[in-house]
Amino acid sequence: MALQSLDVLRRSASPTAAPEARTPGEVAKLIDVTTCIGCKACQVACSEWNDLRAEVGTCVGVYDNPTDLSSEAWTVMRFSEVEENGKLEWLIRKDGCMHCVDPGCLKACPSPGAIIQYKNGIVDFHQENCIGCGYCVSGCPFDIPRISPRDNKAYKCSLCSDRVAVGQEPACVKTCPTGAIQFGSKEAMIEAAAVRVTDLKSRGFDQAGLYDPQGVGGTHVMYVLHHADRPALYANLPKDPVISPTVRLWKGLLKPIAAFGIAAAVLAGFFHYVTVGPSRVEDEEKEGTL
Amino acid sequence: MKEKLIQRYTAAERANHWVVAGCFLLLAISGLGFFFPAFFWLTDLFGTPQLARILHPFVGVVMVLAFVRQFFRYWRHNLIDKEDVVWMKSLREVLKGNEAGDTGRYNAGQKGMFWLMTGCLVLLLCSGVIAWRPYFAIHFPIPVIRLALLVHSASAVALIVGIIVHVYAALWIKGTIRAMVEGVVSHAWARKHHPRWYRDVIGKR
Amino acid sequence: MQVTRRQFFKISAAGLSATSMAALGFSPSEALAEVRQYKVGRAKEIRNTCTYCSVGCGLLMYSQGDGARNAKADIIHIEGDPDHPVSRGALCPKGAGLLDYVHSPNRLKYPEVREAGSKEWKRISWHEAIGRIARHMKTDRDANVVAKNAAGVPINRWLSTAMLTASASSNETGILSQKFMRSLGIIATDAQARVCHAPTVAALAASFGRGAMTNSWVDIKNADFILIMGGNPAEAHPVGFRWAIEAKKKGARLVVVDPRFNRSASVADRYVPIRAGSDIVFLGGIINWLIANDKIQWDYVKAFTNATLIVAEGYSFDEGLFSGFDEAKGQYDRSSWNYELDESGNAKTDPSLAHPRCVWNLLRQHYARYTPEVVTDLTGSPKEGFLEVCEHLGRTARPDKVATILYALGWTQHTTGSQNIRTMAMIQLLLGNIGMPGGGVNALRGHSNIQGLSDLGLLSTSLPGYLTLPQEQAHPTFADYIAKNTPKALQPGQLNYWGNTPKFFVSLLKWFWGDKATRDNDWGYDWLPKWDRMYDVLAIMDLMHRGKMNGFIVQGFNPLASLPDVSKTVKAFAKLKYMVVIDPITTETASFWQNHGEINDVDTAAIQTEVFRLPCTCFAEENGSIVNSSRWLQWHWKGAEPPGETKTDQAIIGELFVALRKLYQDEGGTLAEPILNLSWPYADPTEPTAEELAMEMNGSALADLPDPKDSTRFLARKGDQLPGFALLRDDGSTACAAWIFSGCWTQAGNQMARRDNTDSGLGNTPGWAWSWPANRRILYNRASCDPAGKPWDPTRTLITWNGNKWTGADVPDIQIDAGPQTGMNPFIMNPEGVGRLFCTDKLVDGPFPEHYEPMETPLGTNPMHPKVVNSPAARLFAADKERLATHDQFPYVGTTYRLTEHFQFWTKSVRLSAIAQPEQFIEMSEELAAQKGIKIGDWVKVSSKRGFIKAKAVVTKRLKPLSVNGQTVHQIGIPLHWGWESVAKKGYLSNNLPPSVGDCNTQTPEYKAFLVNIEKA
Repeated sequence: MALQSLDVLRRSASPTAAPEARTPGEVAKLIDVTTCIGCKACQVACSEWNDLRAEVGTCVGVYDNPTDLSSEAWTVMRFSEVEENGKLEWLIRKDGCMHCVDPGCLKACPSPGAIIQYKNGIVDFHQENCIGCGYCVSGCPFDIPRISPRDNKAYKCSLCSDRVAVGQEPACVKTCPTGAIQFGSKEAMIEAAAVRVTDLKSRGFDQAGLYDPQGVGGTHVMYVLHHADRPALYANLPKDPVISPTVRLWKGLLKPIAAFGIAAAVLAGFFHYVTVGPSRVEDEEKEGTL
Repeated sequence: MKEKLIQRYTAAERANHWVVAGCFLLLAISGLGFFFPAFFWLTDLFGTPQLARILHPFVGVVMVLAFVRQFFRYWRHNLIDKEDVVWMKSLREVLKGNEAGDTGRYNAGQKGMFWLMTGCLVLLLCSGVIAWRPYFAIHFPIPVIRLALLVHSASAVALIVGIIVHVYAALWIKGTIRAMVEGVVSHAWARKHHPRWYRDVIGKR
Repeated sequence: MQVTRRQFFKISAAGLSATSMAALGFSPSEALAEVRQYKVGRAKEIRNTCTYCSVGCGLLMYSQGDGARNAKADIIHIEGDPDHPVSRGALCPKGAGLLDYVHSPNRLKYPEVREAGSKEWKRISWHEAIGRIARHMKTDRDANVVAKNAAGVPINRWLSTAMLTASASSNETGILSQKFMRSLGIIATDAQARVCHAPTVAALAASFGRGAMTNSWVDIKNADFILIMGGNPAEAHPVGFRWAIEAKKKGARLVVVDPRFNRSASVADRYVPIRAGSDIVFLGGIINWLIANDKIQWDYVKAFTNATLIVAEGYSFDEGLFSGFDEAKGQYDRSSWNYELDESGNAKTDPSLAHPRCVWNLLRQHYARYTPEVVTDLTGSPKEGFLEVCEHLGRTARPDKVATILYALGWTQHTTGSQNIRTMAMIQLLLGNIGMPGGGVNALRGHSNIQGLSDLGLLSTSLPGYLTLPQEQAHPTFADYIAKNTPKALQPGQLNYWGNTPKFFVSLLKWFWGDKATRDNDWGYDWLPKWDRMYDVLAIMDLMHRGKMNGFIVQGFNPLASLPDVSKTVKAFAKLKYMVVIDPITTETASFWQNHGEINDVDTAAIQTEVFRLPCTCFAEENGSIVNSSRWLQWHWKGAEPPGETKTDQAIIGELFVALRKLYQDEGGTLAEPILNLSWPYADPTEPTAEELAMEMNGSALADLPDPKDSTRFLARKGDQLPGFALLRDDGSTACAAWIFSGCWTQAGNQMARRDNTDSGLGNTPGWAWSWPANRRILYNRASCDPAGKPWDPTRTLITWNGNKWTGADVPDIQIDAGPQTGMNPFIMNPEGVGRLFCTDKLVDGPFPEHYEPMETPLGTNPMHPKVVNSPAARLFAADKERLATHDQFPYVGTTYRLTEHFQFWTKSVRLSAIAQPEQFIEMSEELAAQKGIKIGDWVKVSSKRGFIKAKAVVTKRLKPLSVNGQTVHQIGIPLHWGWESVAKKGYLSNNLPPSVGDCNTQTPEYKAFLVNIEKA
């Protein structure tokens, strides 16, 4: 089974290459923030399909509930009230996994097969391989993965890989009442975004644009924003997300240095021993052996 | 024959050392498993990788506690003096098997090892706590955890390299392992490698 | 030692020089990369319709098992039906969480009783429950039913037991309840329509002839301009709102006018704030602006509205009062609000519009007072925002531009509710937007079958198909009823469809009484109850509060939570002898006797009401049809067995009726005739099936119906299902329970179950389900063509006259062969054939809408006419009058509303919905919060003269203080979804706050504008 079920592009903690011959197309989810009404249907459909039930929380004085992502809430609406040019705007962003082309979580994950990037672009967590170290949390530039307090395993949006695998769209996409969430090939979504951006510009949003950050190689979840020049307006969406240099150093340069250092120490010892030989005190032979 | 041998480590000291060593071994095995994807299989030595992840920090705490005991046993013996400078300057000779300087209980290399371990363990403890899930990591911001993970890995590598040297030195200098296994060294061994300490011990007798 | 060393070396080497080991064949033990198993692969898929709002989204329900008999079906997943023309696979947050409604921990599973004075529920058998309830009913009815009034007219009125029916139940349940109630003589009955869209029916029927959403959900996409006012479709009808977004994506502009910057506003081109309760000023201002700027579609107005008709002498309007006001009664004598008739009984017209009393001139004169300055001053809306709305609307006065309005309860729930809607209906007539694709006045109904319940006449004084229940003074005999309810055309050549009333009514009576209804006994006319006045829920509660009611049967309704002034309602309930609650889930109504501290502070032991709680199926567990907002009757199928001992509503009503009938058969009793003569022809009398009832609603031939054009042929044979209401007869040869539904289940089978979603043009899908009337999708579509029968806008061709008949993408809303030359006009239900700018005597509070302040006004005056502050025609019971406050005691305007995450008081029992919005809150401006020292997330107490709630504070920029009539008005938003029967956090019933006073015409309570105070809790 396993690797055959969907074509794997990358697998966490697995330095050797995945099968290359088959090249299925890439999918993408486009979230048009400008037609999102923040109804949370996607949140509910996600939980329903994925059999997740978060705790019933409390109202903290805003519409955001659940208040944050969790192992039982893979997507949440984030509401921001901003005043732009004297006009109130209620910016509502569906937050969740961006399914990066260069996923920081996968880069950080130490457990082989706990994080899989399929060739269609989906980055999926496989909890049976997850060891609960939380490295993915540190690796992610968007603060998405959450460790479950119940089983200490990492969870996040799977882009409904089970539905996509059988030819369906993700649950959130299907349910979106206003069509603010769309799903299709990445090219189709980029085209759909362009149409929306043109419409927005005609309505006075000169800085409207597509959010497909190249710092992580692009994403398979993209946003149409009215203010693409200031993504931070949307509940601190990062402007130029990249995998943190700290993580790159840790998962990059440090590895060869460490390998070299450790190997050098061992080899140095070995060759020292065979060249110099053991250091014995003259009378030790007599005294020391049994 | 027994009277000819000199007691270098008491039973308690030896036990202490091997607790630290054992912990180190477990930590190094699991840690390397987490660090190098190719060695992830090492984590299976703990039963499952998950168990390795769960146990690693607890073992780490045991190691630190045991090392703290050692630290207070030995820190005074590891203060650098001018004989250490002589030893360090003659490192090339030392590596050839010849000693240099009037070395006390520990030579400069051993002292360096002691302080390296101390430093690494402080870093490992702090960074380890910050990254420890599920108990502590949730209280730290992600950038801090990222830094902690980098520091943890880097200091672990430094420690591992240091310990390799430490182990090798013990293997190379015959009679050394016995000191930490049986607690005793020969007069000749002591005379050669730790002359000042030897004089102290003999003198005390 | 050597051994030790060697071993040690090995271990160290293994541990430390692991680099070399990778080559030794150690590889990761597993390589799992398979996705999660697709969980509904071979599960049984069942079609259903969402049970919440009346967008009527299609559902696919998946139940465990592939349908094998040995597998017990259990619904495991519900998602949208991609074939559904409106929802296209989408579901809102409530719909997406339906699974947790079906499996709610608050589902009832077996009959229970709360004995008088007890503080707990006790499980009982169905046998005991039905037996005890039937006994209660018979005892009460025998003692209190009134056979005749003082004049000796049979009235068959049983007022001491009331019954509420359910907006989420199927039509089949609804029609059965109608039959059941009327046979017993119940007229103290109501449905959620009362607290919801009753003013829509009143206003739209008064304007256009039918009281329903004019266009369809999908048709919204054809609009050029969309005004959202008095509603918040993004929040309350998210999936229907999709079509507003589709329009916007095609270039339409969208403006929201609302007291609150809401979710609809978040995607609008412009948001304009308004003071709650000042809508008529805003809309009247638009009328004035359109007239002043000549943004009128003249050809349309002259041909298709009553602008040219002349109003009789005697009509006047002065200082806030129309002619005919009777101060003592607080009512108008409406006789002067009518047309001047010529000798042949037709209304006089003046096509030149010169006559001073033609409707056009009266209209112009009436709205001349509504200047932009007055609008700004009374609504608090910024002038440029108001003018922008005017300009957007004005642009659609051209034949090729169309605007639509989406509204809901923000307009209905006012003392001027019906008139709010009337004003917009008038604007749309002036702009020529009625009957047009992309136009209309779109009432977004709130409950999944509230349209159906309205259609089936489940209201105090109604019968199915918008026939009135006989009234004791006006209709003492069958002949009076027919004479008074069969209008004559007021203009030559008009279809005047209500001229068919005798056919509809006799067929209905044949359904009621079957073979017992004969020409000799006037088709059993005297067995129907007759009303003296309307017993709407507010009137019922007032009677109950005064101790005049003994029994209360509540079918799928939560009146304690839904009705205004909770503390009064609780007191009223406590005076009942028995209450029967039929519901799938726990409700606050059923547990009104429970003490929940401050939330419901009652003395349980002192409450002597016996309460029965009967579990009924929910949508997922039954077959049946429900009517969505755009009048589509959609059939749904059962997906699983209900939990525990739950029964269908039909079984519960069936068993109750059979038990009652047996009591009357065995023991006799007062006025047993209507009960014993009621036609109850069902295969299993204790559980009439949905199919049987649906076929009765359609109607069937009781005799062969010969074709009048060819006597050798028959239009229908005896026993046939009728093809439509055109075949109904007034001679007893047809029976039909709901004439407007005729055509829904013909000889060809169940038309409501059709699933052909082919687009016949402009988003019309005539092969999907079935729409009343006669499968028409856009009402008054004849008006989409000019008088000559050519479409006003060729790009929006819905129907057209082809020389012989009307054809097109939709079923023409006109006699099919009545060409332009006949002069038959589009508003076929109106005797004058045209749309009404001046609605004559159809509404009780005036032929033109006029601004009156809410019953609790923040201004304390009405600057337009200070002597008449509130609507003079509003009904106010003595007990409620003293519970009204003034603005010096309670200075802020409270307004209640729904949130998109929740549906009324159901979804607090739904885990997924509770997660999405867990706890009660109110919304207030940053300015008021700063003034009161309230911070975001603080607990606050909101109080009115009637009660209080405590909730979290959402302090937001989305509410702003308004400057009105020289003072600052703060508005406080109060979402309504909480209570104590809850999976979400327990909360207060928001209806502790609003007053018990309703729309003048329909008594829909004024939930949208009342006075409150707020403090930090």
